[in-house]
Amino acid sequence: MFTSFRRIFSSGATTFTRSGLVSFATVLIMTATLVIIATLMFLSAILSNTLSAIEDKVDINVYFTTDAQESDVLSVKSHLETLPEVAKVTYTSRDQALADFRTRHSDDQLTLQALDQLGENPLGASLAIKATDPSKYADIVNYLSDDSNIPGSTNIIDRVNYYQNKTVIDRLTQAIGTTQKAGLVLVLLFALASIIIAFATVRLAIYSARDEIAVMRLMGASNWFIRGPFIVAGVIGGIIAAVITLILCYPATWYAGKHISSWLGGFNLFSYYLSHFVLIFIVLVGAGILLGGLASFVAVRRYLRV
Amino acid sequence: MGYTVPVMIYFDRVTKTYRDGTPGLEDVTLSIQPKEFVSIVGHSGAGKTTLLKMLLAEDRPTEGTVWFQDMDVHAVPKHSLHHYRRKIGMVFQDFRLIPNKTAYENIAFAMEAAGRTDEEIALDVPYILDLVDIGNKGGHFPHQLSGGEQQRVAIGRAIINQPEVIVADEPTGNLDPVNTYEIVEILKKINELGTTVLITTHNKGVVDAMGKRVITMERGRVARDDANGQYIL
Repeated sequence: MFTSFRRIFSSGATTFTRSGLVSFATVLIMTATLVIIATLMFLSAILSNTLSAIEDKVDINVYFTTDAQESDVLSVKSHLETLPEVAKVTYTSRDQALADFRTRHSDDQLTLQALDQLGENPLGASLAIKATDPSKYADIVNYLSDDSNIPGSTNIIDRVNYYQNKTVIDRLTQAIGTTQKAGLVLVLLFALASIIIAFATVRLAIYSARDEIAVMRLMGASNWFIRGPFIVAGVIGGIIAAVITLILCYPATWYAGKHISSWLGGFNLFSYYLSHFVLIFIVLVGAGILLGGLASFVAVRRYLRV
Repeated sequence: MGYTVPVMIYFDRVTKTYRDGTPGLEDVTLSIQPKEFVSIVGHSGAGKTTLLKMLLAEDRPTEGTVWFQDMDVHAVPKHSLHHYRRKIGMVFQDFRLIPNKTAYENIAFAMEAAGRTDEEIALDVPYILDLVDIGNKGGHFPHQLSGGEQQRVAIGRAIINQPEVIVADEPTGNLDPVNTYEIVEILKKINELGTTVLITTHNKGVVDAMGKRVITMERGRVARDDANGQYIL
């Protein structure tokens, strides 16, 4: 049994090295397929990163009246933080809001003068709420509009900007969902097309060995003894193609990281490649082995019918 | 029929019809004893190759049975067919060596396929290479060898596992007279060492020089079967 395995492996390696040009062509096509798969991995990383960056920018603000007690506001904050839908609540005090306003309008003397004329701080405290998921904002707003949840004698909430943002949030939620689905379909289609091409190439390579396969059958070699070396050769080709792809990714992502990361909201492909190297390595080498091995298996089977 | 001698190969009323015009067989009955040397002659399309294909279970007969010793050849399930085929050594007109293996490896492959040990291979392959008179070219690939040399390698490959029968389909068809003579001598030697040999041929010289049993085929039928035959058509 062990002898058979060893023979199949060494014969596969020999087949691979001796059928030079055919092996080269197969490796080339498989590399192209794996480059497409790698590109798709990077694209989906860019996509999900961009989407989460957009999602991150969505929040709702609760503005309190100027006479709301700070302790009441903070108690609303701590209540909100216990809700499972809430990811983060940021408190802005009245003084902070005023300071922010001044910095924002530092080159607008007219507004600042008007503010000074007023004598007192016209701005209320506010809470910026971030939900775990964009679809959760409605629940949070429902919670806030229920008076029993809000401490203090009078209604201390001035306004919630959710209603202004609602359409935007809804559209964004929908767009994110659609983009993710479309992205997935696109990824699958591309991967499928390139896998079919790789299969056809491997089949062509084995087609040239069909007489050989028939002779081996007539000489009394068992199916596995014939098929094994072809599968081993296919797997070797797949691994080489994966290694070439991994090497190609290095300068490609470095260049992309250097030149387009400002477009992608600071997302650096090169550092993504380095930090996810193990995952990318496993996916590409696994895909290479599967592609080469399975394609050879299927192709040889056609000619084993003698 | 009662056997007085043990029968090695027995074609029992074998008929094969092809729809695509490939020459078939019509009601062929013949038996071959162990250690016989049998030449099958006939025009192209007389059914010689079809006869061999039936024996190797490359194709099934439409009617009738092919027996190898006490085994119905076409009742052997496909997945264990290779065990049966190891009993037969095949030689082809176009040699059919494995192109990316050397002469040595081509012969060793047959032994590896049969599950022989590395020691046996290291011992037997050089011996066989010498026997077919190609000992110094074991490291050559088929395309580096002449037709006669390739056919010797092919014969070496066919006999390495000591099969009970050698089946050679037009083994000299692609060779010049000198190589033809030498290949026939090798086949005769193999037969003298106790292996049954079954060849098909077009070559009158080969058959006449042999002076052994000749089966003449015509349009899928056995036309003549002479124990000490000549090539008569």
